[in-house]
Amino acid sequence: MKKLINRPEDVVKEELEGIALAFPDMVKVHFAPDFIYRADAPVRGKVAVISGGGSGHEPMHGGFVGMGMLDAACPGQVFTSPTPDQMLEAAKMVDGGAGVLYIVKNYTGDVMNFEMAADMARAEGLRVLNILIDDDVAVKDSLYTAGRRGVGTTVLAEKICGAAAERGYDLRRVADLCRRVNINGRSMGMALTPCTVPMAGKPTFELGEDEMEVGIGIHGEPGRERMELKTADEITEMLALSIIEDPEYRRTVREFDEEKGEWVDVELVDPPFRPGDRVLAFVNSMGGTPDIELPIIYRKLHEICEKKGLVIVRRLIGRYITSLEMQGCSITLLRMDDEMIDLWDAPVKTPGLRWGV
Amino acid sequence: MPVTTQDLLTCLHRMAEVIEANREYLTALDAAIGDADHGINMDRGFKAALERLPPVEDKDAGTILKTVGVALVSTVGGAGGPLYGTAFMRAGTVLEGKYELDPQDVLAALDAALQGVVMRGRANLGDKTMVDALTPAVQALREALQNGADIADALERAASAAEQGMKDTIPMLAKKGRASYLGERSIGHQDPGATSTYLLLRVMANVAQEKRN
Ligand SMILES: Nc1ncnc2c1ncn2[C@@H]1O[C@H](COP(=O)(O)OP(=O)(O)OP(=O)(O)O)[C@@H](O)[C@H]1O
Ligand SMILES: [Mg+2]
Repeated sequence: MKKLINRPEDVVKEELEGIALAFPDMVKVHFAPDFIYRADAPVRGKVAVISGGGSGHEPMHGGFVGMGMLDAACPGQVFTSPTPDQMLEAAKMVDGGAGVLYIVKNYTGDVMNFEMAADMARAEGLRVLNILIDDDVAVKDSLYTAGRRGVGTTVLAEKICGAAAERGYDLRRVADLCRRVNINGRSMGMALTPCTVPMAGKPTFELGEDEMEVGIGIHGEPGRERMELKTADEITEMLALSIIEDPEYRRTVREFDEEKGEWVDVELVDPPFRPGDRVLAFVNSMGGTPDIELPIIYRKLHEICEKKGLVIVRRLIGRYITSLEMQGCSITLLRMDDEMIDLWDAPVKTPGLRWGV
Repeated sequence: MPVTTQDLLTCLHRMAEVIEANREYLTALDAAIGDADHGINMDRGFKAALERLPPVEDKDAGTILKTVGVALVSTVGGAGGPLYGTAFMRAGTVLEGKYELDPQDVLAALDAALQGVVMRGRANLGDKTMVDALTPAVQALREALQNGADIADALERAASAAEQGMKDTIPMLAKKGRASYLGERSIGHQDPGATSTYLLLRVMANVAQEKRN
């Protein structure tokens, strides 16, 4: 293992210390329990948007804390969900009196920890809603799995919901919007190389020189299929078509019902893409893929979208949701409406995403 | 001879040792069908739990177990944190105020732990999770006690049942947790959570055995 680290066990702690020193105008860092929060928090009267998850996906989530996006982010150990005490203390720190939205990627660990945190926060009198992101089309059947994983759409949901909160939407409206972004977003990723968790010291899986792993998540886990390495165009086509031709997707998720005061199962349906849909096209590096290769992916994606009648109205290309140093990419398409486009364009000022300011 | 809080503390220290000794093994199992962190997570959690024990060592079994549960919830992370944390907290709730445990108390605590895991994770038997080790263990413990076994023998049966349950996860197709994303590729691998559950039950059986001898 070759990494620019001191001791494997200090990676997350020292990363947080560095972030606090590097971006003092945007964020502050709280230790034990660990979380990154907006330098000007709590913002009075504004819904607080919080996310979190294992570390190793930088800039997500900590890099998205700041004006117009997240109020706080709770980092776990590398690829391990954070814990309820982090989420609870973060909520108490940034709640501006208008409630807290937890944006949760659909992984068993994240879901259970955020549910415990929400229960604890409500017991302390806070208003909290949890919305899941489950957009990874590599997971086909929700009946026999923990459901689709939360991947690229998470970044887009954090931006759009953060902007909505900044505009003064109330908690219910921000939560509804987040759910709407989720059911309109779909992603698929692939890996050329595995990655190495610092504490493990060894690559998470092995891949031959001429092999690739398709349908990966973001935790260095093996994907659905291993195949012979293909060209960028062929890979892009495979990922894009998996997304564009994905049929309607139904599943039940657990959400908190404020009227009933309990967790309820909610059925959600992701409608398939149709010609004429306006989309945001997001081409993402898994960490190790250099910027020179991403436009090659976008070029083909653009052509495929045109052929399929999808109108690309916004783009995001770069390294935003990663698996450490893994080489590979993911594609996300988000069907947008006027409101989402407007919120996407709204100013944002975070270490990882900045425009309009 | 009833189980004392001293036995319980011995048990918890031994659990931490066994988890540390099996850290790489559990992580390797998780690398095959998960994200290579189960051993690391559990080791971090049990080390933290031990650190929090000294101030509650003279307290009742319930307080001791709840302290461990809270420590696990706030330090393990992943799926293991809320699941094992809830298990220990639920077991602690059942043993509130008790300083000596009879065999039925041990059964009630383990049964509550199982219910807690099921409530939190909603896994069914056969989904390839820790539930597949814990369920047969609780059942074996109950049957052994019904048939008049002493606590050491009953826990021995429970550990054996957990071991069998753990091995039975090998041919299973994972339907919960990270491993479920692998689909058919999860078949042929032993579940890491079922393995850690077996290891903890094995410690309980061994401690009970040593006390009797
Ligand atoms: N829903 C569930 N119910 C019961 N046990 C589960 C469930 N989901 C996963 N598990 C158990 O958890 C074990 C994995 O625990 P681990 O600590 O590695 O969490 P993880 O899956 O890596 O969490 P995270 O998703 O946050 O990384 C599995 O081997 C399985 O036994
Ligand atoms: Mg794991």
